[in-house]
This record gives sequence, C-alpha cells and structure tokens, in this order.
Amino acid sequence: MADVLIADVLIAVCALVLLMVAVGLLSVLRGPTRADRMMAAQLFGTGGIAALLLVGTASGVDSVVDVALTLAVLAAFASVAFVKADRQSEGDTANEEGT
Amino acid sequence: MISAISVGIGILLLALALWTVVVRDTFAAVAGFIPYGLLLTLAWLVLRAVDVALTEAAIGAGLTGALLIRAASRLHPAEAAAQAEAPGPATRVAAGVAATAVAAVIAVCLLRLPDPAPTLAPEVARHIPATGVGNPITAVLLSFRAIDTLLEAIVLLFGVVGVWSLAPDRCWGGRPGLAQAVGPNDILVYLARVLPPIGVVIGIYIFWAGADHPGGKFQGATVIAAMWLLVMMSGLRDAPPVSRRWLRVVLVLGPAVFIALGLLGALTAGAFLAYPDGWAKLWIIVIEAALLPSLAVTLVLLMVGPPQRPEVGP
Amino acid sequence: MKTAADVFTIVAMLGGLFFFVAGTLGLLRFPDTYTRLHALTKADNLGLGMVVVGLLPQAGHLVVALKLIVVWLLVMLTSSDVSQLIARAARRQEKES
Repeated sequence: MADVLIADVLIAVCALVLLMVAVGLLSVLRGPTRADRMMAAQLFGTGGIAALLLVGTASGVDSVVDVALTLAVLAAFASVAFVKADRQSEGDTANEEGT
Repeated sequence: MISAISVGIGILLLALALWTVVVRDTFAAVAGFIPYGLLLTLAWLVLRAVDVALTEAAIGAGLTGALLIRAASRLHPAEAAAQAEAPGPATRVAAGVAATAVAAVIAVCLLRLPDPAPTLAPEVARHIPATGVGNPITAVLLSFRAIDTLLEAIVLLFGVVGVWSLAPDRCWGGRPGLAQAVGPNDILVYLARVLPPIGVVIGIYIFWAGADHPGGKFQGATVIAAMWLLVMMSGLRDAPPVSRRWLRVVLVLGPAVFIALGLLGALTAGAFLAYPDGWAKLWIIVIEAALLPSLAVTLVLLMVGPPQRPEVGP
Repeated sequence: MKTAADVFTIVAMLGGLFFFVAGTLGLLRFPDTYTRLHALTKADNLGLGMVVVGLLPQAGHLVVALKLIVVWLLVMLTSSDVSQLIARAARRQEKES
C-alpha cells in the first residue's frame, strides 16, 4: 500500500523535474552565445540523471543506477568534446591564462 | 501516472528533434542533439529496455554527439558557403512529398501490425539456461545470434580501415588528429587525470555485469573508449601512430579469438560457433573479454579520424 | 520503519524539487552566461544530491545505495570541472567579439 504511494510520489517528482529540464532547455538552447548552448549537455547531466533515477526506482528497474553511471560519464565526455571543438574553431589550443 | 511522463517525454523529443532540424547554426543543432539522445535514454528506460538505454546513453548521446561536434567544427570554414546554396522550390516540394510518403507508409505499416506479434521470445526463454548467462540480451547476442555479433565486429574493423584510407599518402601509418598543446594549469588536464581511472572501472564493471544484468561488452567498451578519448583531447597523451604493432594486434584480437572459438566449436560441437555443453558460459566470457579491448580501440580510432601527421622514422 | 523511510524520501524529494525549481528560475532570469552557469551547476547539483539521498532508503540492496552515492559524487566532480571549462569558453568568446 505504502509502496504504491511512494511510487506515485517518485513519478510526480520525476514529471516536475522533467518539466524543469524542458524549461531549462528552452532557455539554454536559445541562448545568445555558444557557451550558453554548451550548458544543454550539463543540464541533462544533472536534471536528466535525476529524472532517470526517479523513473527507474518507481518502475522497480534495479539496474537504473548502472544507466545513471554511464550517463554521468558520457554526458561529461560530450560536454568536454563541445568545449574542445569550440576551442579548436577559435584557433586556440594553447594554455589558458590564470589558474 | 507513468503515461503522463511518457507523453511528456514524447512531446519534448518531438520539440527537440524539430529544433535540431530547423536551427541554422550547426553548433546549436548538435547542442540540441545531445539532450535528444539523453532523453531517448529516458524513453528506453520507461519502456523497460535497459540494455538499449545503456547503449543509447553511451553511443547515441555521448560518442555520436562528440563525433558530430568534431565534424561540425572541421566543416566550420565551409559552412557559410554551404548555407548560401539554397535549393530551389521544385526540389523543396519534391523533398516534402517524398518525406510525407515515407512517413505515411511507416504509419500504415505500424497500424496494421498483427496483434499477437509473431515472436520467438518464448523459445528463447526456454533455452536461455543452456547458455549459462542470465541476461537474455547477452544470451541472444553471444549465443543464439553469435554470427551477427562476429560480423558486426568485423564490419567495425572495415570501418576503421575505411577511415584510415582517408589519410593523405605521406601520412599513412602516422598519428591521427592534430597535435594538442597542454597548459599546466588547464582544468581539462585535471579532468583527464582524475576521471579516466573511475571511468575505466565503471566500463569494466558494466562489461562484467552484462552476464546476468543489463550491460555487456559494447557499452563497457564505449565508456573505456570515451576515457581514452578524453585523455587524448586534453593533450595529456598523444594519439598513437596507427602503424604501431600493438595497436593493430589489439584491433584484430577480438574478432580473431571469436573466429578461432567458432572454428573450435565446429570441431567439438558440430557447427560453426556452436558451444559444447557446459562450456558455453566460459567461452562467452572469453569472447567478450577479447572483444572488449578490440571494441574500445576500434571506437577510439573511428572517432579520432585518419592519420594527419606523418610518423617520422622508427 | 518503512513509513519513516518513506517520510524521509518524500521530504528529500521535496527539497530536491525546490532546488531544481530554483536552478531553472535562475537559468531563466539571470542576465548573463556566468550567473546562469552558477544557477545551473550549483542549484541543479544540489537538487540531484537531495534526490539521491531521498532514493537511498528505497534502494533494495546496499550495493545499489553505494552506487547511487558514486553517481552523485561523479556528477559533482564532472559538473564542477565542466562548468569551469564552459566559463572559460564564454570568456574566450567574449574576448573574440
């Protein structure tokens, strides 16, 4: 009985988190500069993983944590690829100033 | 309750897809493609296809996104010229009609699918214990349809050779990619030092878990490949020249072991890629362990591109 | 015991939701890239952290709970790094134009 309630709460929270991610995507993808758009992958790296964990736990899928692990590593990799491509297209592969 | 989430994911997917197609700047399009891939991971999870979700997260979002953004940045100088050539109205109408026709055919086929769908799943489920692995996906990929997995590994190898063939003659056998300069205070170098050990452990864990839980060599290899790519992108280590012997041995090791065990199966169990009774799990583990490094190296080489710097003498 | 765990989960979820909403609000309302980056990395990460903490009692196995914590730590490590990289990229783009 309580299990159903918890599952419903998790799903509701997941829906709201997804809503926040959607709204965030809207704002970030329109963003005037390239750096704004790079934040899209980051947004999913946090909000998306939260939604993933919530939906997985509510549906009783045990291995959702493995998917979350993979997602965390590869979202970071994709973000780095973005930054790298931006650096290269501006012709700047040397060290950054400051620490 | 879950259907509300499914609907939400569906709407968001469509919106993102539309945006990716419509937006003018390639960088922005790829920036929209990566969340699209990650959202698909969520969709697969809601459909309870966890192995597919893992693969989508690894390949669909991570590697493909990185591949696209590198391609976009290489094509950047030519982008303005490409956008200036606008197709005429006749071409646009023809493209629209063709796209609508394809969509209509797919929709009709989907609506007329037979209702108890013809499936081999009960048969497969009956024979899974004979393979010794608990994960039905692994059982299908490495036992019932092992020939498909073998051919896929060989096709990837051909892909690598195809990518290498794009190198200019003088660079054949040289190092892929451009040289990266490393600044000592660069944050990227810090990440490339700290993340790969963790990532490699996660990759090997996912490969190992694939026997009885969702996972497997392909997703594990992708995570490991992403970590090596991170090290190369940060400039910490240079890409190895593709003429190196160890590189080529590792590339070929996986398919070679697979074929060798297949022939051994032909001798001992009567058919190519048949496993003798009771040995199935061990053979599957050996094949997967051999394929893991091969796949990782293959994916890295596919991502990093053809050799662009000639290798100076030995 | 089960109800205590459930109450803890619900409270943590609400906390996490609050931070997610705050982060998205910041993303929408803050004026420039740097401040938006702050909102995104700090608030959303805290939201994820509270969600993970809330899911810990619901985990079936100890191993699953440990993996959940690893996910959270991993996301904290990578997002702090990536946000620095994005900020430097933004600064570089500012200098170009």
